[in-house]
Amino acid sequence: MTENFEPTIIGFTCNWCSYRAADLAGTARMKYAPNVRLIRLMCSGRLDPTFVLRALSSGADGVMITGCHPGECHYIEQNYKALRRYLLLKRVLKGLGIEPERVKLIWASAAEGAKFASETTAFVEEIRKLGPLNWGKARDQLPVISEPIQREEVAA
Amino acid sequence: MTAKPKFAMYWAASCGGCEIAVLNIHEKILDVDANFDVVFWPVAMDAKYKDVEAMEDGSILLTLFNGGIRNDENEHIAKLLRKKSKILVAFGSCANEGCIPGLANLSDSREIVHTAFNTISTDNPNQIYPRTAFDVPEGEIHIPNILPVLKTLDQVVDVDYYMPGCPPESHQIAAVIDLVVQVLQGKAELPPKGTVIGAGNSTVCDECKRTRNVKVIKSFERIYNMQIDPALCLLEQGIPCNGPATRSGCNARCPAAGAQCIGCYGPAEGVLDYGARLISAFASVLDAKEPEEIDHILDGLVDPTGQFYRFNLAGSLLKAGVPAWKAESTHEKEKV
Ligand code: SF4
Ligand code: SF4
Ligand code: FES
Repeated sequence: MTENFEPTIIGFTCNWCSYRAADLAGTARMKYAPNVRLIRLMCSGRLDPTFVLRALSSGADGVMITGCHPGECHYIEQNYKALRRYLLLKRVLKGLGIEPERVKLIWASAAEGAKFASETTAFVEEIRKLGPLNWGKARDQLPVISEPIQREEVAA
Repeated sequence: MTAKPKFAMYWAASCGGCEIAVLNIHEKILDVDANFDVVFWPVAMDAKYKDVEAMEDGSILLTLFNGGIRNDENEHIAKLLRKKSKILVAFGSCANEGCIPGLANLSDSREIVHTAFNTISTDNPNQIYPRTAFDVPEGEIHIPNILPVLKTLDQVVDVDYYMPGCPPESHQIAAVIDLVVQVLQGKAELPPKGTVIGAGNSTVCDECKRTRNVKVIKSFERIYNMQIDPALCLLEQGIPCNGPATRSGCNARCPAAGAQCIGCYGPAEGVLDYGARLISAFASVLDAKEPEEIDHILDGLVDPTGQFYRFNLAGSLLKAGVPAWKAESTHEKEKV
């Protein structure tokens, strides 16, 4: 099943660095996995964890967040805030039974088109290994459990 | 029959605290009796579901519904009361956002039943489990089916108003009853459908009297482990206080009493996901830049998922954890 599974990934990219890195990768015709839908933010500090939960609950299998390298954020320290949110968010996801690896934070400057391309491809492969999350589908298909637990099964 | 408008109150998956809170409005309860004909209220009077079924659609003016939708009986009554009521209010945290019963959405519901009938304190040597249908000489008898996840009231039926709180504060309930009575007398108008009533529009922090400076913390603390400054913001002292994401309406009771807000009034106005808002708020106050240092501080937050979704899991964007979602697909269904 996972062999022909194409992960859907949402990428939140910073306007000043990684969005340009993605642009650079594109204009340089570098090949990388086409699974990521990029959404441009002005800074990784704009990343509200709500965006990530919204993406996962609406069918994304993974979420990629990219920002300027530490010390290089155009809004001074916002990428550190993004880092703290990311690390806390992963803990919350784990508590919900979601593999924390489904969310990834990547630093990439505007010059690092090649890094952006290779990190993206690597992330897509990681998600492919994890398999689909299927959150939205699971929700639509919820049936009523008519026999909560099986007596014999438990006694055995 | 009287000409008074009809009133109903129902409890689904809840603790009963909402019912107590209504009785706690003291003599105001007499206003309910003076202005309404109470037609259905299982905790207070004898009435049967079939009595409700026999009522005309839309004939109950006001129904306060508390409790989450945990089983198919809850769901059936929610739909029934929706049909019979003009105004349906999701009353209290359980009906609004799942509340404590909604934390069961972290587990496979079969595990929950299994635990209930198999814990060390349960005397069940023959491993007898309830069956939802059973033949007796008089015919087949039924008990409700548990649902894989607990749902909020508005995930099952259309809701007119939302009244948060675990339970709603008595002064807020009294104010809402006053308003409804005034509407009945033609002295006031109902708020637009979908309004959150009996609560404020800002956050618990906004109502909190504690002094706030710049929040920067190096560690999370637990309240029993430290000497708390009685006047300073708890979050500034490292106590994980949920005030920044929680709707106002309680007069910031818990911080006033020296305890952190745990979020019983649910998400503040405009907050789409309560946990996400708190992740942002807590991450903003940590004084650390290196991943190892950040992780070290976060280790002090013992159960982040429980901390952020204690009341709001069923109403959150994800609504449940993986074990609950996967329950149906990973277990083979067998008939007894
Ligand atoms: S974080 Fe808690 S203690 Fe601090 S202002 Fe908000 S409600 Fe009050
Ligand atoms: S301070 Fe928070 S937990 Fe306490 S009553 Fe108010 S909303 Fe509920
Ligand atoms: S401007 Fe790029 S991360 Fe802040």
